[in-house]
Amino acid sequence: MTTPILRIENISKRYGKKDVLKGASLDVNKGDLKILIGPSGAGKSTLLQCINFLVKPDEGRIWLDEQEVHYANKRDLYAYRQKVGMIFQDFNLFDHLTALENVRIGMVRVKGMGKAEAGERAVLELERVGLKEHMQKYPAQLSGGQKQRVSIARALAMDPKVMLLDEPTSALDPELIGEVHAVIRDLGNNGMTMIMATHQIGFASSLASEILFMEDGRILERGTPDKIFNHAENARTQEFCSKITELYGERG
Amino acid sequence: MTEGWLYIQAEVYPALLKGFWVSLQLIAPSALLGLAIGIMVGVLRIYGNRPVMAAANTFVAIFRGIPLVVQLFIWYFGLPHIGIYLSPFVASVLGFSLCSGAYHSEYIRGALLSIKRGQMLAAQSLGFSKVRMIISIILPQAIRRALPGCGNEIIYLIKYSSLAYMITCIELTGQGKILASNSFKYTEVFLMIGACYLVMTSVATIVLGRMEERLRIPGFEHRRT
Repeated sequence: MTTPILRIENISKRYGKKDVLKGASLDVNKGDLKILIGPSGAGKSTLLQCINFLVKPDEGRIWLDEQEVHYANKRDLYAYRQKVGMIFQDFNLFDHLTALENVRIGMVRVKGMGKAEAGERAVLELERVGLKEHMQKYPAQLSGGQKQRVSIARALAMDPKVMLLDEPTSALDPELIGEVHAVIRDLGNNGMTMIMATHQIGFASSLASEILFMEDGRILERGTPDKIFNHAENARTQEFCSKITELYGERG
Repeated sequence: MTEGWLYIQAEVYPALLKGFWVSLQLIAPSALLGLAIGIMVGVLRIYGNRPVMAAANTFVAIFRGIPLVVQLFIWYFGLPHIGIYLSPFVASVLGFSLCSGAYHSEYIRGALLSIKRGQMLAAQSLGFSKVRMIISIILPQAIRRALPGCGNEIIYLIKYSSLAYMITCIELTGQGKILASNSFKYTEVFLMIGACYLVMTSVATIVLGRMEERLRIPGFEHRRT
């Protein structure tokens, strides 16, 4: 029996009168790649943001390495967030910093590492995502795919135990999706634990350890890619999967 | 003609030089203090909790809303009534800094609002605390965006520093007033004074332009016309 590295129990979030999340639970084992699929507004993004408390859930509990996260305690929260990397749809690089400085700043300002040491580590991470030669460029000088790879390097530099990826390729030109997928695939092969929301189901099904179909704030169905895409039990899952397959195809 | 030159050499030049120095001594600390107050108040107006935000907004309403001369009179002539005596110089710097800070905070506030929320989420997701995020991520960008506006405010400050003579801090304009009322050569004296201010604002414009240039990075260019 393995104990999950990340346990998410009964997360709920309500904005005004609208329930965005209605009790989502999820166990993630080390090395898992969980893929969240579902229509817009299903709560995928909110769930990911709740997992590292960028959105404070109204209910629910989260454990990392069997330690419950007490997010009301600021120090605990900041320590926890360092261990949970987050990748955003629109990259969110720091516009006034070069690629290198973007990757370095968290290590220097949050972890308190020396600039030189952090700089070396930043170069390594940028090399890993294939951007060493662009490290002196500012975000405005990088393509979307390059920006997303910098943001992945920035998250990796903090030595996260889990990575949350919120539609990492949705804002990219089709031509640039491949380079980001290659980096994510590489992460998966190296055993990184990830939860990713995506519409790229071809890519998802080739990598995922489990697919979770979300709708209306709930996880409606979960299972292996084969089960979800070919033998889904829920009619809504079937309908969504057939539509999205038509759109995004089988290719990863 | 020679009489005119003699007058300038013997009386105008030394008086204006003295006044010029006093003006610079008023402007430099007021500019720095004003900017510091502006950044602080601007940040509090956006990121403070409700009471802090209200206090910061009230500060701006007062110091931007009351004529500067009136503020100076209050600092210099009003405070002694409650036992606080400020020298004309200190009262002037205080008045200029607070007023300038109120205006700066408006530019800083606008610039802070223009920073995309996503970058704050990214900083938080890396484990940044709010204060650290504001200092290392938000302000370096906001200050770049606010610089043209803040530069404008510093140019204004150079000119409204002339109000100091109203509370007996005899700077450039004050010296001019004394010269002119002694000699009745108002036109000549105040033309020279005007030229002195023009030199100061021109130098400030050049320095501010250089600063903008130095702080410029890709993605933060200001369109120049």
